[in-house]
Amino acid sequence: MAYNLKEVVATRPSRFSEGHKMCAGCGAPPVARMVLRALKPEDHAVIANATGCMEVSTFTYPYTSWTDSYIHTAFENAGSTLSGVEAAYKSLKKQGKLQEDTHTKFIAFGGDGGTYDIGLQSLSGALERGHDLTYVCYDNGAYMNTGIQRSSATPKFADTTTSPAGKVIPGKAQERKDLTEIMVSHHLPYVAQSIAMTNFKDLYEKSEKAIYTEGPTFLNVLAPCPRGWGYATEDLMQINKLAADTCYWPLYEVENGVYKITYKPAKKLPVEEFLKPQKRFKHMFKPGNEWMIEEFQRIVDKRWNELLELEELTNKEQ
Amino acid sequence: MSIRERLSGNEAAATAMKQINPDVVAAFPITPSTEIPQYFSTFVSNGAVDTEFVAVESEHSAMSACIGAEAAGARAMTATSANGLSFMWEMIYIASSLRLPIVMSLVNRAVSGPLNIHNDHSDAMGVRDAGWIMLFSESNQEAYDNLLMAHRIAEHKDVLLPLMVCQDGFITSHSIETIELLEDDKVKEFVGTYKPEHYLLNSKEPISMGPLDLQGYLFEHKAQQSQAMKNAKKVILEVAEEFEKLTGRKYGLFEEYKLDDADVAIVCMNSTAGTTKFVVDELRKKGIKAGLLKVRVFRPFPAEEIAKALANVKAVAVLDKSDSLNGAGGALFTDVTSGMYVNNIHVPTVSYIYGIGGRDTKTDDIEKVYNDLLEIVETGKIDNPYRHLGLRTKGAEK
Repeated sequence: MAYNLKEVVATRPSRFSEGHKMCAGCGAPPVARMVLRALKPEDHAVIANATGCMEVSTFTYPYTSWTDSYIHTAFENAGSTLSGVEAAYKSLKKQGKLQEDTHTKFIAFGGDGGTYDIGLQSLSGALERGHDLTYVCYDNGAYMNTGIQRSSATPKFADTTTSPAGKVIPGKAQERKDLTEIMVSHHLPYVAQSIAMTNFKDLYEKSEKAIYTEGPTFLNVLAPCPRGWGYATEDLMQINKLAADTCYWPLYEVENGVYKITYKPAKKLPVEEFLKPQKRFKHMFKPGNEWMIEEFQRIVDKRWNELLELEELTNKEQ
Repeated sequence: MSIRERLSGNEAAATAMKQINPDVVAAFPITPSTEIPQYFSTFVSNGAVDTEFVAVESEHSAMSACIGAEAAGARAMTATSANGLSFMWEMIYIASSLRLPIVMSLVNRAVSGPLNIHNDHSDAMGVRDAGWIMLFSESNQEAYDNLLMAHRIAEHKDVLLPLMVCQDGFITSHSIETIELLEDDKVKEFVGTYKPEHYLLNSKEPISMGPLDLQGYLFEHKAQQSQAMKNAKKVILEVAEEFEKLTGRKYGLFEEYKLDDADVAIVCMNSTAGTTKFVVDELRKKGIKAGLLKVRVFRPFPAEEIAKALANVKAVAVLDKSDSLNGAGGALFTDVTSGMYVNNIHVPTVSYIYGIGGRDTKTDDIEKVYNDLLEIVETGKIDNPYRHLGLRTKGAEK
């Protein structure tokens, strides 16, 4: 059945309720809402959440935004916490101790800090052990909850509170870690990179695939942060579109090792288009700093070309 | 008919776990507790248990997975030692605050650094304020028995707190003793099934667990945890009474050994109590009224009961197998003396730090403590209340 946004919204009420305290213009709530919409209405879900913006803003005692079961324990362990839940499900089900169970799916949400950095070990362990769960990273490229500190997901040159653009050092000195590729190296049945764009088709379809593929699956979704990135709150969807159209954030999926780029912009835009509306890259546009934009473009192009090659290579192998 | 078996302390713990047949076990190898998950995974691979064994990539994940499993509605267990427990530390507090009755077998070992794999109690003392019930075991038999009682205590509706059963690394974990085991069906009946009121896998009642809990509620939630710990004392005794009916083996908050008429007494935990009992018997033969108070339940701390049990003694030595490094005695010493003070019982009491990093504690060492206490009784003087036992020093140290 072809994807139809109106139909999805009409037949699948949001499982992530309004009234949460996420900022206006934050990229994370649409991700949570759309990922959960991909659940079959009759299925129950247990959601694990790493400490971060999403967690503190959606479950401040005694209020919760989550209509499914939800657990938060700490920052670095959404992967291992959910692996325990999934192991319990397997065990109880096997023993016939879950009479009321229909079908339960397991989904973890973590920001880039809780996923690329402090939670990487716990995530890697959970995936290697083959638990039947989906881990969704909402990547806003820094520790936003604590006030915009650089993470290993922060792009080069970005101005953050721990990689400030100063007189001597022009923002973050290192390139970002390619977590999606690390996840691919775990030989998972399904890994994808997505974004909440246009009518959410890409995100919805990948979420559905990830959730309903048996075994450990991983979704990396770019989720802009108006405070950390410095854009106007109403521009969220425009920023997302530019991230995809400049190929800064390529949309692709890897199914059993086979790459498929799911969005190839008709006209690949220069990376300035993505950088310019964001205050964190403001210093890159000062006269004399053109080299930074050039280098940024080189990094983006290199990764995009690698991806094109991987797509060609893995499809040829089949 | 109970079964007599020759088992190491680790085997005894693993056997108890097999008979409990928990839904999930998540564990990571660390000396000296490694054998427990080893034995247990054999039970799993041979189909002797229904458990899902999660071979995690760290102790932090072991406790996280236990939390996830227990919150999901399953009975979850783990085993660890020393740095493994230190690495779990963050999750130890979270397990307790989520009121999840997880049961752990803690094989006590010195916490780094420097690195040492042998027994002391510094691992357990590092989590003494974390909201876990802590039972200590003198022998392999006690390690086994305490584990059989653990779920009944932890899962009681007035308690709902995690529980750890401690035993001494190598001294009991790797020493073989003949112990009495219960039949599988009797254990199953005694332990019963776990029926949580609220749990993640109940699709009819979805719940959110682990909130951001701010100024408006955290204090009350902590007070509830504290009350649960107080409630545990009564439950521990009730479960022990039932266990005694089943096995004939009697357990209390602590064990008094020839303490009734004692002039001098030692307070200690775990295997040192066995050595001390031997010395008490020897001294009694010589007409010296020595006694022992062996603490079984360290958390909740039976402050009033211990103070009263020591009220008629003339001098007390509290032996701590962990140095609190505060310049004012070990943790058990602080708790015992605080209990005395609050209950208006003032017996001359000294602290001994001993057995650090597996330093052997011999009968001679224990005898020296009793002799020191006799000197205190005779002279009425305590030169230094903060002492070491078995420490090599250049000068003589009291």
